[in-house]
Amino acid sequence: MLEFSFWDILSNLLLAARWTVLLSVIAFVAGGLAGLLVLMARVAPVPPLQRLAKLYIELFQGTPLLMQLFIVFFALPLVGIETSPWTAAALALTLFTSAYLAEIWRGCVEAVPKGQWEASASLAMGFSEQMRWVVLPQALRIAVPPTVGFSVQVVKGTAVTSIIGFVEITKAGTMITNATFQPFLVYGLVGLLYFALCYPLSLSAKALERKLNVAR
Amino acid sequence: MAYRFDFTSLWDYAPVLVHGVATTVGLTVAGTVLGVGIGIAGAAARNSASRPLRLAVGAYVELIRNTPFLVQLFFIFFGLPSLGIRMPEWAAAVLAMVVNLGAYSTEIIRAGIDATPKGQVEAGASLGMTGPQIFRYIILGPAMGKIWPALSSQIVIVMLGSSVCSQIAAEELSFAANFIQSRNFRPFEVYFAATALYLALAVLTRWILARLGDRLFLKGAARA
Repeated sequence: MLEFSFWDILSNLLLAARWTVLLSVIAFVAGGLAGLLVLMARVAPVPPLQRLAKLYIELFQGTPLLMQLFIVFFALPLVGIETSPWTAAALALTLFTSAYLAEIWRGCVEAVPKGQWEASASLAMGFSEQMRWVVLPQALRIAVPPTVGFSVQVVKGTAVTSIIGFVEITKAGTMITNATFQPFLVYGLVGLLYFALCYPLSLSAKALERKLNVAR
Repeated sequence: MAYRFDFTSLWDYAPVLVHGVATTVGLTVAGTVLGVGIGIAGAAARNSASRPLRLAVGAYVELIRNTPFLVQLFFIFFGLPSLGIRMPEWAAAVLAMVVNLGAYSTEIIRAGIDATPKGQVEAGASLGMTGPQIFRYIILGPAMGKIWPALSSQIVIVMLGSSVCSQIAAEELSFAANFIQSRNFRPFEVYFAATALYLALAVLTRWILARLGDRLFLKGAARA
């Protein structure tokens, strides 16, 4: 029978970690861009648009990521799009991320004092000018720590994509466990790898928060 | 050929869905009660005089908050039996939820405790109250009231997160959905229905927790 050394297990998990990282980056970047659009709709002075964005956010925050993944995975073929675990995972995580980031950023935009809106309006700025030149630059400062903090949720969210067969750290762990029968060791290592990815992000979110509070 | 949606075949499986919803609710209630209990104990421990205890609780909180729930669940259900600790699926699911919510609520409740004005603690001490008495009668109530909305959101997140417990065959709602779609071959309709049920559960949970919060803490807040 084939023997697996500790190094075999670890190296295979590390190889799979590439896909966790790549999927996290794609979801975070694409989700950030989409989140910006949702944010605009959420705070624009157009009530129907606001309601639509609110519904979008509620839907994603009120349902499990696993169900979102399944729906994307099984819905795309219905509209004729050939889907793979890769595309389904990337799309579902992007949508999930956009909803959460839009809600986080809405809080930051609302934290900008009302006088700033009024002052810029009195300078005859339109909504997009107000956002671009007055509100967003100020909201951005407050938004950095919680945004970095949320990236931890994105990395952890990628673990759920193992269930639709995307091979990242968790799926690799399951496959290695099935071959080695050492679940304690393998899942322990899997947990530590996630910790190694997430803890620096958590720490930097905390450090940024402290730095910004001191500056104010 | 265009796909024809057919939700009618779901009716035959309604009892399966009901069983799934009931299990999800059961897991959530057990996980919440025990998890928040651990959170209160953890928050108290983080404020204790003992440095090793503070460090141990801090390590627990960071370890759990920086690893995925699914991996925690797998570690408990597949990993712990190597140490001779075996449990049924539902118990592993509850334990994972308790451990997970315990860590988050420790952090949330600690924030509430930190917001307690120092003068109140000193006032309690000057009345001859002991440390545990001060914690129980002065600090805890207002602290829980302050962080109740944050704690409620976390409870909803844990309820939604319990969907991955289907992966260890705990028979909750997403397990029911997997089961049905393997029988009627209509995955989209099944998962759509399950998602709608989760959404309803999330709205209901938020509503119940808000009412409960009013009941438990509004009186105290009005007095303060």
